[in-house]
Amino acid sequence: MPDFQGYGWLLLDGLVLTVGVAIASMLGALALGLLAALGKLFAPRAGKILIEVYTTFVRGVPELVLLLLIYYGLPTLVQNTAAKAGYDLSLSINPFVAGIGTLTVIYAAFACEVFRAAYLALPPGQREAAYALGLNPVITFRKVELPQMMRYALPGLGNVWMVLVKATALISIIQLPELMRNADIAARSTRQPFTFFFAACLLYLAITAISMLGQARLERWAARGTTEAKS
Amino acid sequence: MDFILANLPRFLEGAWMTIQLALFSCSFGLLMALPIALARLSRKRVLRSAATAYVFFFRGTPLLAQIFLIYYGSGQFRQELSALGLWTFFRDPWFCALLSLTLNTAAYTSEILRGAIQAIPKGEIEAAKALGLNRYLLLRLVILPRAIRIGWPAYTNEVVYQIQATSLVSIITIMDITGVARTVGARDFTFFEAFGLAALLYLVLVYGFIFVAGRIEKRLGAHLIRTAAVNKPKLAGNIR
Repeated sequence: MPDFQGYGWLLLDGLVLTVGVAIASMLGALALGLLAALGKLFAPRAGKILIEVYTTFVRGVPELVLLLLIYYGLPTLVQNTAAKAGYDLSLSINPFVAGIGTLTVIYAAFACEVFRAAYLALPPGQREAAYALGLNPVITFRKVELPQMMRYALPGLGNVWMVLVKATALISIIQLPELMRNADIAARSTRQPFTFFFAACLLYLAITAISMLGQARLERWAARGTTEAKS
Repeated sequence: MDFILANLPRFLEGAWMTIQLALFSCSFGLLMALPIALARLSRKRVLRSAATAYVFFFRGTPLLAQIFLIYYGSGQFRQELSALGLWTFFRDPWFCALLSLTLNTAAYTSEILRGAIQAIPKGEIEAAKALGLNRYLLLRLVILPRAIRIGWPAYTNEVVYQIQATSLVSIITIMDITGVARTVGARDFTFFEAFGLAALLYLVLVYGFIFVAGRIEKRLGAHLIRTAAVNKPKLAGNIR
């Protein structure tokens, strides 16, 4: 057992914040991603183009650059614009909000693609049958299409979650005291960087391992009522 | 506009650094990925577990943690590394950046390769064996060419992520696109313009690469009749 010199709790505090930030961002990404996917499928042309531009931009720019653009760039843009108009304004974004906001915006773009692909994978007969039974489009989506979409979407969404968890480490750059940041603090004050960064790695691996188990259970739940092909 | 004109040369230098890091790490990573993928498919249990552990570690932890582990973590073993004559390497941020990027992409690439090898129809391998090819020839003439064709779209995605992942090295003082943007932005308090220009450069690199990779993909499959799967959306679904 390595000696954490009393910094063990700091790591665990960081772990809690990491998991919290990841869950909050994932929920945001799911909601925004589903909305964007529906937009990409059904919105009028202008809306489709707008969403396409958004997903293209987000997937081509590194997460770190987007995070810095939002955390440092947006306030300076507002301040400089205000200064030109003759106002003296001082503005800063809370790292917690900037972190969750950035991750939500980024991973919603990926979730959007997953949802869209899942929707397109549905056999059209399902929708036609629902309409024939007299269900309106909203009920059809909620009761018939969404549950079946989840079956196709879960592997992709699980992938998004795994990547998102690792991406939370970037928020340490804007000094949010999550796992990476706290490991850094402990490493600096104890001069044992390897010990603490390795411990942080093991904690990330623990999240990954638990997530994999959870994903398998969720997929089994989403596939309830279906029979697996026997090989 | 003034901002772009005044700073473009520095940003282009940064872009060159980004390209170098992506190119070198992807090349070395690809070289490492083949033995790792073969080890994961090996019948020998020791090889298989070692490769699985490697892939699990590098895919399950953030790249930033890996960079810190190698760059700062090596300091804890300074005496041992000095004795081995390796300290000059680990003291150099560029070496540490390249090493962590390479180890990281090797893990992801080996998974793509493994999946591609497993996707080869069994009959082709059996046919090759029936023709009397030995294991080396089987790998070189049948398995690898097929695996490359099957794995190419996924590998294209991996390179795209690698181009973006190089931005993390700016944190250990490397002057890549992001590093230049951070310096320029902090100097003139022009963060928005600096990171905006950086984002634009990454977009050019990423979509430029996707265009070239698409041409190569067409070439790889030129002799195959392709009806379906022509308009596959790029960069969708499986992200790392």
